[in-house]
Amino acid sequence: MQMNRENAFIKWTLIVGCELFLALFLILPLVFIIQTAFAQGLATYCNSITDQYAVKAAWLTVKATLWAVGVNTLFGLSAAWCITKFAFRGKKIISTFIDLPVTVSPIIAGLIYVLTFGRQSFLFPLLDKYDIEIIFATPGIILATIFVTFPFISRELIPVLTAQGVDEEEAASLMGARTWTIFRKVTLPHIKWALLYGVVLCTARAMGEFGAVSVLSGHLRGKTNTLPLYIELLYQGYDFTGAFAASSILVLLTIIILILRVWLEGRGNKRMELRH
Amino acid sequence: MTILSVVVLIPLCSLVVFSAQLSPSEFLHTITTPRVLKSYWISIACAFSASVVNAFMGLSLAWILVRYEFPGKRLVDGIIELPFALPTAVAGIALTHMTTVNGWIGKLFFDLFNVRIAYTPLGIVVALIFIGIPFVVRSVQPVLEKIDVQYEEAASILGASRRRTFLRVIFPEILPALISGFSLAFARCIGEYGSVVFISGNIPYKTEIAPLMIMSQLQEYDYASATSIALVMLAIAFVILFVNAVLQSLVSKRVSGIS
Repeated sequence: MQMNRENAFIKWTLIVGCELFLALFLILPLVFIIQTAFAQGLATYCNSITDQYAVKAAWLTVKATLWAVGVNTLFGLSAAWCITKFAFRGKKIISTFIDLPVTVSPIIAGLIYVLTFGRQSFLFPLLDKYDIEIIFATPGIILATIFVTFPFISRELIPVLTAQGVDEEEAASLMGARTWTIFRKVTLPHIKWALLYGVVLCTARAMGEFGAVSVLSGHLRGKTNTLPLYIELLYQGYDFTGAFAASSILVLLTIIILILRVWLEGRGNKRMELRH
Repeated sequence: MTILSVVVLIPLCSLVVFSAQLSPSEFLHTITTPRVLKSYWISIACAFSASVVNAFMGLSLAWILVRYEFPGKRLVDGIIELPFALPTAVAGIALTHMTTVNGWIGKLFFDLFNVRIAYTPLGIVVALIFIGIPFVVRSVQPVLEKIDVQYEEAASILGASRRRTFLRVIFPEILPALISGFSLAFARCIGEYGSVVFISGNIPYKTEIAPLMIMSQLQEYDYASATSIALVMLAIAFVILFVNAVLQSLVSKRVSGIS
């Protein structure tokens, strides 16, 4: 009896404490962004988000995100497939390298690309000859985005594929199915939810990347400014309403992503339970 | 595998090649400038304090999410990932604007305690707490879910108090996860740029963080200095991950030793 009462006290203190903490640190900033964005009325808000530079920045963000998600889906699938379905030397090293971008500071990620493709690099004469611009141009932004979101999809897939094992694929291959058919009919249905979940995570990170992109972009308004960089520019120009209006678009996308995430997680868990 | 080499390996190689060209004395000179040393110290100190706060809050959050039923639980579970999904620049300007002396929170604190948050190291800590929360929660939560309630029941039948049960039965089980969550958050916070750059105000010697030093060297096209600072930061990140790995094996040995 006494234990229960004590538990109830601790329980509610912890719950209230944690909810307050979350409200203060996570929810309040969101409310604040929306409030500031609309502080000067709906008309100003609409003006800010339909500004031609804002639209261009948003478009560039969408482009970089699509590229990053596309490349990383392809890579994530093939990497997860290689790592889980085949045994080969250097497997550990490869998975370490795949995880590396998570621990590296985004600024350093940007820096290594500048060193690779910039003017002082050994690759520069080659790039110059064929007139390829990477640094301070759109390809650089796309590369940086790919780098920072690199591990997200493969990391979601590897545990699922490991748990599944290779028996079903072996059976399919013994029955004469081709690799592509095996992948489509046997592997893909198993990893569908994990893959979608990875894509969602990847999208979230890609659209918001700031540090790495900021190093590589060169900050040309309307040309190499992504939405987060555009927000920085406005904020530093003391255009707070504009900055928060542009932020509110990203906040909306974030909320959609969070809802998708919870939903996907639910679907994934349900599938797991059904199977066991 | 080609993509891996193009996206990760070649750039890393160029980092190594480029740093091999640096002369040792130049390297030492760059990284021991007082301003750079101070920026490392600020980065580490702020990241450390933020991670300590996050370790406590993350543990309690994971605990209430696993053990209790309460209104708004699904919302809490969903919103934990917010710092991860919200673009860092957006988080940065929101937190800054809120905590300046004219903002909602900043005004409150300034009037009540005469404390400034934005443009001080405290502001950096606030931003880093925001960034680091999901790391601890998401490492502890799965482990806590797996612990069998039977052990706790056994402990309580044997007469252990609730606190004793927690300290002797539950805590050792989740300690490895807590440590790894802490180190992940710590490593991430040291490298964090987007959210910190706004709230810190970037005052030299006071609120200038190490990633910002790299950035400002880059803007002066001083690639050698930028690379030197970056190398030290990479080394720090590796040390954190290494210490984490060592602690993991130590702790797991101790736990298995007890049982």
